[in-house]
Amino acid sequence: MSEQLLRIDDLHVAFSTRRGTVEAVRGVTLTVEAGEMLGLVGESGSGKSVTGFATTRLLDAAGRVTGGKILFRGQDVTKLRGDDLRHLQGAAMSMIFQNPRAALNPIRAIGLQIADAILTRKRISKDAARAEALELLRAVQIRDPETRMNAYPHELSGGMCQRVMIAIAISCNPALLIADEPTTGLDVTTQKVVMDLVAEISAARGMATILITHDLGLAARYCRRIAVMERGRIVEEASPRTLFSSPQHAYTRRLVAASPTATSRIEDLVTEEERERHAAVVSRPRQELAHGTPPLLEVRKLAKRFDQGAAAVADFSMTMTGGESVGLVGESGSGKSTTSRMICRLIDPSEGEIVFDGQSIGHVASRDFHRSRFRKDIQMVFQDPNESLNPRFTAFDCIAHPLMRLDRIRAGRELRQRVEECAERVGLPLDLLPRFPHQLSGGQKARVGIARAIACRPRLLVLDEPTAALDVSVQAVVLQLLDRLRRENDIALLFVSHDLNVVRMLCDRTIVLRNGGIVEQGESRALFDNPKTDYTRKLVEAIPHIETGPMLAAAL
Amino acid sequence: MLSYILRRIASTLPVMAIVALFVFSLLYIAPGDPAVVIAGDQASPEDVERIRQSLGLDRPFLIQFGSWVWRILHGDLGTSIFTNLPVSTMIGQRLGPTLSLMMVTLLLTIVVAVPLGVLAAWKAGSLIDRAIMAFAVFGFSLPVFVVGYVLAYVFALEFEWLPVQGYTPLAQGFWPWLQNLILPAIALGCVYIALIARITRATMLEVLQQDYIRTARAKGLGQGGILFVHALKNAAVPIVTVIGIGIALLIGGAVVTESVFAIPGLGRLTIDAILRRDYPVIQGIVLLFSFVYVLVNLMIDVTYTLVDPRIRY
Repeated sequence: MSEQLLRIDDLHVAFSTRRGTVEAVRGVTLTVEAGEMLGLVGESGSGKSVTGFATTRLLDAAGRVTGGKILFRGQDVTKLRGDDLRHLQGAAMSMIFQNPRAALNPIRAIGLQIADAILTRKRISKDAARAEALELLRAVQIRDPETRMNAYPHELSGGMCQRVMIAIAISCNPALLIADEPTTGLDVTTQKVVMDLVAEISAARGMATILITHDLGLAARYCRRIAVMERGRIVEEASPRTLFSSPQHAYTRRLVAASPTATSRIEDLVTEEERERHAAVVSRPRQELAHGTPPLLEVRKLAKRFDQGAAAVADFSMTMTGGESVGLVGESGSGKSTTSRMICRLIDPSEGEIVFDGQSIGHVASRDFHRSRFRKDIQMVFQDPNESLNPRFTAFDCIAHPLMRLDRIRAGRELRQRVEECAERVGLPLDLLPRFPHQLSGGQKARVGIARAIACRPRLLVLDEPTAALDVSVQAVVLQLLDRLRRENDIALLFVSHDLNVVRMLCDRTIVLRNGGIVEQGESRALFDNPKTDYTRKLVEAIPHIETGPMLAAAL
Repeated sequence: MLSYILRRIASTLPVMAIVALFVFSLLYIAPGDPAVVIAGDQASPEDVERIRQSLGLDRPFLIQFGSWVWRILHGDLGTSIFTNLPVSTMIGQRLGPTLSLMMVTLLLTIVVAVPLGVLAAWKAGSLIDRAIMAFAVFGFSLPVFVVGYVLAYVFALEFEWLPVQGYTPLAQGFWPWLQNLILPAIALGCVYIALIARITRATMLEVLQQDYIRTARAKGLGQGGILFVHALKNAAVPIVTVIGIGIALLIGGAVVTESVFAIPGLGRLTIDAILRRDYPVIQGIVLLFSFVYVLVNLMIDVTYTLVDPRIRY
């Protein structure tokens, strides 16, 4: 059945902004056949989501289709109005989104939200709609669906919210499902479960799916055909195997190189040409530490209990030496962020000891730690560079503040010199320093965050998912930067992440956390190649591996 | 839920106690001997002494306060110095008109302001939106008495559609009652409508940006369902808060409005009592309004939990 379901012909979409019109999509042409799953891959700003929104007619008010056609079963979607449009939305094609919890109405029970979708299509009673909603919850494999009908989104996990979204999307048996980054922000294991569910439902119902994602590995695992988008155009379209073995377009080559795999090394993350252009990575082998050197950080039996709840972290012990990099991995709720925050002295542990450079710092209240002489030595890089920079501070202010506070440098020439030196170390062009965060790109903001953290020359840098909000190509550069900083300045890195491929590359040792306790730890490569516990094995298996290819597609 | 409401009621008790202490101290905050103050300029020393005796002003402050609170708890607000009538009777006679005015104003405001705000947010940036916001600025800037006199002049004197002033109790029929309240309610509600329309628009604009509104559109819901079922309820918490704050505004505004339209309500009583230095009456009215305000705040807090399941106490 190779019936053409959707045909996008030379689509142009423009957004009117304060600085004039911006073309987000510039001539996209693609087709989707009934029942197939197409991957639409690209980095942020490539126009992949905008293409999806234009197709489902969900562009916000500023966006306009300025050219081209979107033919769905031969009918031009861009010209639909009123009832025809409402019939298209939901019934003929539907969409699921990134950040499923925000996509659900926070104050409406999920059963009602599913029933809403059913009632817009069918003239049936509310009870009948409720019964159908219950069936749908069963179809998306939500446990205990009768009780969940009355639950609110905040009472469900992210993965469950996405299942509810899927239930809403399939409620009227659409012919096309557009999934816009459906698993971004979910744990690897949850990601696999949700994507398996989407694939299963699409196959069972003969529903075509467009999977919009920035994750090449994910697209490769589930799609037989992948279209790569860059700056509003499709630059390449091929099967995953061809895409990875012989990418044609320069951008695809760069994207493939930047996607971390189980075997990639930090140096491999950029293509040959780029490496020559930058020629920056000085690999200086780390000198072996003399035997008996005291550890930089020693954590003993750390525990954190929040009010009237089970322990978030219990019995956590580890040591780190100077210049070492340790990965802390686990699913959300495993306590990895809580642990890293205790070590950073941003929150107080309930029990246990934190010894830094031979001095106990665990008992200093986090509220007073800013006065400790160790505040300079332990710094943190936060998850989302968009959220963690003060929008009213320029890049210069961000980097200068810790210097003024912790190194007591007065505003003046010395301060300017130090800030510029930091900016150079992280590769931030000096002419960007007077800019505010909204005038910087994601990668530039990440650099500002790192420059701020290293400004006072810390000896331990705690990184909480520092690349989770970044595109793979930016992530590659940031990872190389971190690795270089570690080698050059002997900074120890405690790297908190759910991305196992990244941890494997960057970290000498890895600690696996689950439910607040250590499950397994050891030398990274050995741990990932040969996991000792079922939990670690499950984590490792859930990573979409490019090498294993489109298993599901092959199975179909 | 019930235990939450009970706990909230319990927590209002200290507030009421402080309000009571403050209201009682009114008499002593005024400079000079309270008895002299009450007696007025033309009183003889005997009059002052008589007042001092009758009000128990010669006893220690705390004992006076204690017995005053004790009497209030038994429903006795004291006796007016000027009319010699019990304060509770005087308030009771005037309560109807004021409550009627406040209710009609509140209803009018919500019925007009919320849809205006929703409409403005839906059509944000359009001519309709700008017209509504211009009207809001206008409504905000005009003092109650100006609007009141203009309305009375146009609709009562020129067109003779509605009575100029006065009040008819509800017992004499719904229309006569309402007829007298329409103009005062519009005059009093102007500021309030402007305020709530603006808040509704601002909150709705924010809510309409949210991802779940996009989901609602993706489901194929109609504009009405999106605006009123999904968006307005999510915007309700700030709107309800401002409606509650507005009730305090209404109390103040009622005093002026009642004077303009000659409505024999609590506002007029308050002015008269202040002019006559009738302290027991002033105390009774302030206490009553404070109580109403505390009650309204309690109702708002309970409304939050009804609107938003994430709010749990």
